[in-house]
Amino acid sequence: MMHATSATVRVRFFARYAELVGRTEAEVSVPLPATVGDVVRRVRADLPGAGALPERPLAAVNLRQSKLDARVEDGDEVAFLPPIAGG
Amino acid sequence: MTYVTRQPLSIDQLVARVSSPACGGTCVFLGTVRNGPEEDGVSAIEYSAYEEMVEVEFGRLVADAAARWPDARIAVQHRLGTIPAGDASIGIAAAAPHRAEAFEACRFVIEEVKRRIPVWKKELRLDGTEVWVDPSGRPTGKPSHV
Repeated sequence: MMHATSATVRVRFFARYAELVGRTEAEVSVPLPATVGDVVRRVRADLPGAGALPERPLAAVNLRQSKLDARVEDGDEVAFLPPIAGG
Repeated sequence: MTYVTRQPLSIDQLVARVSSPACGGTCVFLGTVRNGPEEDGVSAIEYSAYEEMVEVEFGRLVADAAARWPDARIAVQHRLGTIPAGDASIGIAAAAPHRAEAFEACRFVIEEVKRRIPVWKKELRLDGTEVWVDPSGRPTGKPSHV
């Protein structure tokens, strides 16, 4: 049985980060095993404008805040969250 | 009822959701769009959100509050979109058998919202400019003393 060697994740951008990157979502692939930090590095390197994003942004995986060393799997949704300012 | 709305918030509806003969105290918190001396010319704030996460994170937050104050009844709703100065952006109602728990639960919810709920705000200013606001309430990019 073949094991996946890479993960394709849906990346989402919000608020100021969406303005910086000029889009609200993207899809990137990273070799497995991969972490949120690997996704961040891939996004910052590959997407025009994404170099302006922080190296260590607040992030969420599948609707839950996650640390940058958390694992990501194929099909996950990784969100870049600007500093939260609700209320 | 969802945790997010684009309509003006109704205090009556929030209070109705928590009222109970078993509760002797109800605490209501409204967060409103401010245009004070510090803001110097804010006409409105445009609220945006990671809406799918807002819904699930509010569910977790309210569950956390229920674990701490098992007898409290809590309702919360965040308004999104463009909200004029003076209007409410968030409403919280917490009812409990005694006032101390009602105050504590209400305070817990708003403090956790500030920390956990992925909502962002952009000030729309009277001079036509727009400024993203950072979590401490200061516009992004302004000097730290402002």
